[in-house]
Amino acid sequence: MKPREDRFFRYFTGFFAALVVFAVVGIGFELSRQSMLSIRKFGLGFWTGTTWDPVSGEFGALPFIWGTLYSSFLALLIATPIALGIAIFINEVSPQKLRPLLSYLTELLAAIPSIVYGLWGIFVLVPIVRKLELLAPESLKKIPLFSGPPLGVGMGAAALILAVMVIPFSSSVAREILKSVPMAQREAALALGATRWESIRVALNYGRAGIIGAVMLGLGRALGETMAVTMVIGNNPQVTASLFAPQYTMAAVIANEFTEAADDLYLHALIEIGLVLFIITIIVNALSRLMIWNMARRSRPAVPKPIVSTEEAVVA
Amino acid sequence: MSTRYRLIKSNCILTLCALAVAVALVPLVMILFYVISHGAAALNLAFFTQIPKPVGETGGGMGNAIVGTLILIGIAAFIAVPVGVITGVHLAEYGGSRFASAVRFSADVLNGVPSIVVGIFAYGLVVLPVHRFSALAGGFALSIMMVPIVARTTEELLRLVPPSLKEGALALGATRMRAMATVILPAALPGILTGILVALARIAGETAPLLFTSFNNRFWSTSLTQPIGSLTVQVFTYAISPYEDWHRQAWAGAFVLVMMILILSIVARLATRRLERMNRG
Repeated sequence: MKPREDRFFRYFTGFFAALVVFAVVGIGFELSRQSMLSIRKFGLGFWTGTTWDPVSGEFGALPFIWGTLYSSFLALLIATPIALGIAIFINEVSPQKLRPLLSYLTELLAAIPSIVYGLWGIFVLVPIVRKLELLAPESLKKIPLFSGPPLGVGMGAAALILAVMVIPFSSSVAREILKSVPMAQREAALALGATRWESIRVALNYGRAGIIGAVMLGLGRALGETMAVTMVIGNNPQVTASLFAPQYTMAAVIANEFTEAADDLYLHALIEIGLVLFIITIIVNALSRLMIWNMARRSRPAVPKPIVSTEEAVVA
Repeated sequence: MSTRYRLIKSNCILTLCALAVAVALVPLVMILFYVISHGAAALNLAFFTQIPKPVGETGGGMGNAIVGTLILIGIAAFIAVPVGVITGVHLAEYGGSRFASAVRFSADVLNGVPSIVVGIFAYGLVVLPVHRFSALAGGFALSIMMVPIVARTTEELLRLVPPSLKEGALALGATRMRAMATVILPAALPGILTGILVALARIAGETAPLLFTSFNNRFWSTSLTQPIGSLTVQVFTYAISPYEDWHRQAWAGAFVLVMMILILSIVARLATRRLERMNRG
C-alpha cells in the first residue's frame, strides 16, 4: 500500500510542477502561432524595416528593437556602478546596525509598482529633464547625443527611470554574491597589506561571474519593463542616438497599440515583437541564472580554492 | 605606488559607495513624497465609493477599480497558490531529479518573462477564443506571474524544516505524503504564507498584463466574464489624459495602490511573527 501512495504523491505533485514547464513552452508556442501571418509575410525584413504604418499594412520593427536595446544599455550604464556601490557599502562598509535598514530601503524601490514610477516620471522627472535640456549649451547640442528640441519626454528620461527600477534587483543579487565570498579571501588580502578597497576588489574578483549575473538580471528587467517607459519615452518610432529624442520600445508599442490593432496582420506584427522580446529575455535570464548558480556552487566548499594569485591581490 | 596613495584611493572609492546609496535613496524619497502629498490631498470618501465621472465632470472616484483589483488578485491567488505550493512541495521532495531541475529553471525563466508578454499569452488563451476581455483573463495572467514566486519560496522554506522532523514521521510509519501534509508543511506554513502575501503585493501593482486581458470598465462590475476595472489600469488611463482633475485622481490611485502594497507586506511580517509564536507555544 505504501509504495503506491508514495508513487501517487510523486506523480500528483509532479503534474502541478509540469504546469510550470508547460507555461514557458506554452508562451513560446502561443506567441509563435499568433504571429505566423507577420512572420510569413515579412520574414527577416520585419527586423530591418523602419516604417511602421498600420494603415498601409507596412510593418518594420527596427525602431522598437533599437529603443529597447538602447534604453536598457543606457540604464545599465547608469545603474551598474550605483548598484555595485550600494552592495559594497551595505555589505562591507556600513556599520552592522545600519545594514537591515539600508537594505530594506533599497528593496523598497523594487516594491513600488511600475505604474507609480510612470506617474512620477510624467509629472516630476520629465519636467526636471526638460529643464536640464533647456540648460544645455548650443555647442553641446551639436553632438548627435544631445541633438533635438528639449521636450523632456524621450530616451534620456526613459533611461533614468529604468536605471532607478533596475538598481534594487542588481544590488540585491550583488549583495548575495558578496556575502557568499568566503571571508578568508578578504582576510588574506588584508594580511598581505592590502587596503580595504583592495580587499573588496579581491572579493569582487572572486565573485565576478555572479556579479555579471547580477547585472544581466537587471538587464532582463530593463528589457521587459513596460509601463514606466511607455509613459516617459515619447512613443515615436525612430532610430537615433539622441537622448533628447522621443523614441519607442518593443514593450511600449505592444502596450499602446494592442487593443487598437484592427486587422489580423497588425495584431500578428505586434505579437511577433512580443515573441522576440520573450526570446531575448529568456536568453538573458538563462545566462544570468547560470552565472549566479555556478558562483553559488563554487563558493560552497569549506576550503575554497583561491582564484587570484597573491601577486594580483596586493597590486593596487 | 605609495601606501599613502593607495589609502587615499581606498577611502575615495568607499566614499563613492556611500554616495551611491544616497543617490539611490533620492528617487525613493521623491516618489514616496509625491505619492503621499499629492495622493493624500486628492483622497476623499467619494474616491472609494464612486465610479469615474464622464469626461468633463469633476469628482467621482475609483471604487469600482479598487474592487476590481481585489477580485483580480483573488482570482490569481485562487489559481496560483495551489499550483505554486504543490510545485514547491515536489521540488523540495524530489528536488534531485532532472525533471525537478527543468521545473526550477522554468520557474526562474517564467519569473523573468516580461509582464506584457504574459498579457499576450493570456489574451491568446482566454480572451481570443471567446472574443471578450474578462476578469478571468486578467486573473489568469496575474496567476502566471505569481506561480514561480510561490513555488520557489515554498521549496526554499520546506528545505529549511529540520530533516529530523521528516525522519521522525517516516520512522513512525507515515508515508511521504502524510509526513509532508501533517508534519513538514505545517512547520513551514508561516513562511509560505508570507511568501504568498509578498507575491500578492507584487502582482497587485501590475498594469501591463491587464491592458488587454481584463481591459478596463468604468462601471461597477463583479462578473468574472466581463471586463473589469483595476486601480493600475485606471491610474494609467488618467495619467496620460489631458485633464487636471484626472491627474489628481491618478495620484490618489497611486497612493491607495502603494498603501495596499505596504499593508500587504506589513501583514506578511506580522503574520509570520504571530504564527511563529503559536508554533513554538
